[in-house]
Amino acid sequence: MSATSTPTGTRATRVLGFATLALTVWLIVFGLFVSAEDVVQGSTVRIMYVHVPSIWVAYVAFALTAVVSAVYLSGKNRSLAWDRVAGASAEIGVLFVAISLITGSLWGRLTWGTYWVWDARLTSTAFLFITYIGYLAVRGLGGTFRQRARRSAVLALLAVLEIPLVHFSVVIWRSLHQESTVANSGTDVELDGLMLFTLFLGIVTFTMLFVWMVLHRQRGLALQDAVDSHGLDVAIEQRRQEAEVR
Amino acid sequence: MEHASFIIGSYVVTFGSIALYVMWFLRRSRSTAQFTDEKDKPWI
Repeated sequence: MSATSTPTGTRATRVLGFATLALTVWLIVFGLFVSAEDVVQGSTVRIMYVHVPSIWVAYVAFALTAVVSAVYLSGKNRSLAWDRVAGASAEIGVLFVAISLITGSLWGRLTWGTYWVWDARLTSTAFLFITYIGYLAVRGLGGTFRQRARRSAVLALLAVLEIPLVHFSVVIWRSLHQESTVANSGTDVELDGLMLFTLFLGIVTFTMLFVWMVLHRQRGLALQDAVDSHGLDVAIEQRRQEAEVR
Repeated sequence: MEHASFIIGSYVVTFGSIALYVMWFLRRSRSTAQFTDEKDKPWI
């Protein structure tokens, strides 16, 4: 391993990282300069290419957190690796919800004339963000690795129930936020081919970025657990020696 | 481009915050790895 390489990297993550970087450059060029302007929103539609993929990755991240938490709790495989994937995924999900809220707020200022309204979609997304901040706080409480894994897994299975609430909030309640247009064939909104391609490119790029980040972050958490575990072993050994001296 | 500050700002916020987060956790992993053995890195 060279001095500049990361201890959590492998050949596969490096290949994935370079591919994601190339797609990111492609997305920025298409999103900012190549794709067409919207007939109604004009150039502000360009925010969509980072806003929609951000919330998509947040949904995927929180869903993954719930799935690996369920695997851990099911008892079939009680490896702490599942817990670390859950923790890494939730942390990344929180980042992408925050990005989605900020970019949505900037977009809202241009289209609605305000940065924020207490609308069903915006409020439920903010609530989702706060819930997973709480999840990360719970992970940071004391106790053994097993206690951390068990309590955070239970919380992850409850928190994920908010995702359908956020997603369908625009249907359930009267909302300023528009309904989904690409995945919903019932609307009369049609995206230009290049706009649709750029949006798809954004979703693929952000998904690959998410996979790369989870791989690195969960290995980083494994290293942290190893250091904490060694520290505990050293403390126990010191106590044992102190007891023998007495 | 109309509203360039908002549009470019949203891209800067997005990729800037991702880059900062990635730099933070890679640096943290690198410093943590100094105190671990090779057996703690089964992926290598």
